[in-house]
Amino acid sequence: MGKVKSLDDLKKMKEEVQSRINLREKSDHPENQVQVKVAMATCGIASGAKEIMDYFINELDKRNIDAIVTQTGCMGYCYAEPTVEITLPGKEPVVFGYVDTKKADEIIEEYIKKGELIDGIIPVTYKTIDE
Amino acid sequence: MQLLICGGTGCRASESNVLKDNLEKELKKRNLQDDVQVVETGCFGFCEKGPIVKVLPDNTFYTEVTPEDAERIVGEHLVKGRQVTDLLYTDPEKKEKIADSKHMDFYKKQIRIALRNCGFIDPENIDDYIARDGYQALGKVITEMTPEEAINEIKESGLRGRGGGGFPAGLKWELTRKSQADQKYVVCNADEGDPGAFMDRSILEGDAHSVLEAMAICGYCTDASKGLIYIRAEYPLAINRLKKSIEQAREYGLLGDNIFGTGFNFDVELRYGAGAFVCGEETALIHSMEGERGEPTVKPPYPSVSGYKGKPTTVNNVETYANVPVIINKGAKWFASIGTDNSKGTKVFALAGKVNNVGLIEVPMGTTLREVIFDIGGGVKDGKKFKSVQTGGPSGGCLTEKHLDTPIDYDNLIASGSMMGSGGMIVMDEDDCMVSVAKYYLDFTVEESCGKCSPCRIGNKRLYEILDKITKGEGTHEDLDKLRNLSNVIMDASLCGLGQTSPNPVMSTMDNFWDEYIAHVEKQECPAGQCKDLLRYEVVPENCVGCTACARNCPVNCISGERKQVHEIDQSVCIKCGACYEKCKFNAIRIV
Ligand SMILES: Cc1cc2nc3c(=O)[nH]c(=O)nc-3n(C[C@H](O)[C@H](O)[C@H](O)COP(=O)(O)O)c2cc1C
Repeated sequence: MGKVKSLDDLKKMKEEVQSRINLREKSDHPENQVQVKVAMATCGIASGAKEIMDYFINELDKRNIDAIVTQTGCMGYCYAEPTVEITLPGKEPVVFGYVDTKKADEIIEEYIKKGELIDGIIPVTYKTIDE
Repeated sequence: MQLLICGGTGCRASESNVLKDNLEKELKKRNLQDDVQVVETGCFGFCEKGPIVKVLPDNTFYTEVTPEDAERIVGEHLVKGRQVTDLLYTDPEKKEKIADSKHMDFYKKQIRIALRNCGFIDPENIDDYIARDGYQALGKVITEMTPEEAINEIKESGLRGRGGGGFPAGLKWELTRKSQADQKYVVCNADEGDPGAFMDRSILEGDAHSVLEAMAICGYCTDASKGLIYIRAEYPLAINRLKKSIEQAREYGLLGDNIFGTGFNFDVELRYGAGAFVCGEETALIHSMEGERGEPTVKPPYPSVSGYKGKPTTVNNVETYANVPVIINKGAKWFASIGTDNSKGTKVFALAGKVNNVGLIEVPMGTTLREVIFDIGGGVKDGKKFKSVQTGGPSGGCLTEKHLDTPIDYDNLIASGSMMGSGGMIVMDEDDCMVSVAKYYLDFTVEESCGKCSPCRIGNKRLYEILDKITKGEGTHEDLDKLRNLSNVIMDASLCGLGQTSPNPVMSTMDNFWDEYIAHVEKQECPAGQCKDLLRYEVVPENCVGCTACARNCPVNCISGERKQVHEIDQSVCIKCGACYEKCKFNAIRIV
């Protein structure tokens, strides 16, 4: 991508990347792409977030689930690391805590495949600046 | 489907466990037990309206549910899909019933400003940041505002430094702006030396661009073209992500020369610290960056007048910077509408210690300690009794029960004998000995004092020795007087903030837990059972069945006794490790 030469440039770029990210998040067949975000700050990594991220990437692929797995920073739930946020198409994001490979397997089989809520959900406890 | 029932202490007290049983019975009656899961959760943070039942996935939130309501929740809501309206929460302000917990304000005591992107964006991808309005504030400031206008915006927002002192950020920028020089600097203090604190690290790991953007804004406001981030080498992931972010910003032309085509130049470099607490003090930090010893010097001159290489330098903390782009984008008024009279916006805390939900939180100034510890933190671990909360790290103090309802802001915390500090918050329970806590912090200070001035170098060492004596049961009343006098001298006579505040943990524990000091001195007792020298493990002859478990687990073999005979501990050899106490299944070891 070229240099940002003016504020208008940046605004245009924002539109562009936003739609690109929307695309990444929703893809061209929004009815079935799943988004997985793994909290990868020091606390998460120390509790095994890297393995969990690899597990999601490999297993979702193996099980033929159309998903995009990305990393993100600390979600703040250090007591429950590793934490993973799952967004099913058209649904609000849900955060799961204490995710090990067994839990990850359960999340894939129960929540991602069937949409069933399982133990280990962390309720949202904060407002964003847009609210 | 899921029914979440609050299993917090408050809700249990109002029979949430009976309610849970009833719900399970009702589900069984209708053969729904396999389709609906009943889950007991931690505190929802709304104890006064308990017991609480939340239905997932539709998020219906029922309050003040009695065990008798189980039938209606299952029969009406689950079977017929109709909400039981009289159990819904009524918003006291809007007077309307709210079914969805997402729209309940009390449920959301946190507001994320500094942490707005942490946990949302991919920190290694600048596009993610740009998509969430990243670098818009920088663009707005340098193309549409004069430096004075931007400084005014920061001043009006009421933003104060988040690194501990709480100095108004806008005023600091103005001072640097007014200092004339051919070169000025913007410094970000990412030293974060408080034990237990990890706010700044999390921001840099999760959203480094927000700090870079704010530093560039500060550069524009103060005529500085160079930014330096002083970060401890123990933060490799944060360093890594900062480096990537700087590179990406340069590639996009958001750092470097001629930013936004305006002729404004600004670039950022990293400087590594070796992890000395005193190097977080701004003058020591500057000396360390210059390659000198990390020792503080007398202020004035303040860095805004004479800082890095003798040039005017703005030093701000990571979290202070992280707030800046939001203030520019959403306006000073918006920011100033959050918080208390003299403390605006939010504060990030690293909540740690004996609390259920250890984590990173961001609350509006004015939130009470009780809300933080019990509502957001989920209360004290293992159902133990709350004893104290430490804020402000080695410079702060230990607050008690009576401070729980104090709204948190800079001034209130100082008035209570502690301070905001950078945001470490450590919760302690009935098992923590407050004399030992004070000793722990003094141990830290003695280790971290740079040694330049004698009150801090020698005084803190003496404080530590007296505390050590007391925890060994050898303290006298005279020692207690000495602790106070010496503390006052150290605070008055030390060169920098380290010594000026290091006696705070001693003073605050003496003020709030005097009884505990007295017990150590007069009775040679440690009420919390922590001070090893004051404890003895003894066998309770009536309970001992001679199972030999204690003897087999004693690492120094100081327990003797035949099988099926009462055992005995040799006190002269015992190291008080507590292994026997933990292994005994018959309550036959007691601590005296
Ligand atoms: C002993 C000592 C340690 C300090 N450590 C830090 C630190 O780790 N991080 C920080 O931002 N400020 C620290 N400070 C405060 C800095 O001196 C300075 O006030 C701060 O960086 C200014 O930024 P702010 O106004 O944005 O808070 C420390 C002060 C003292 C006396």
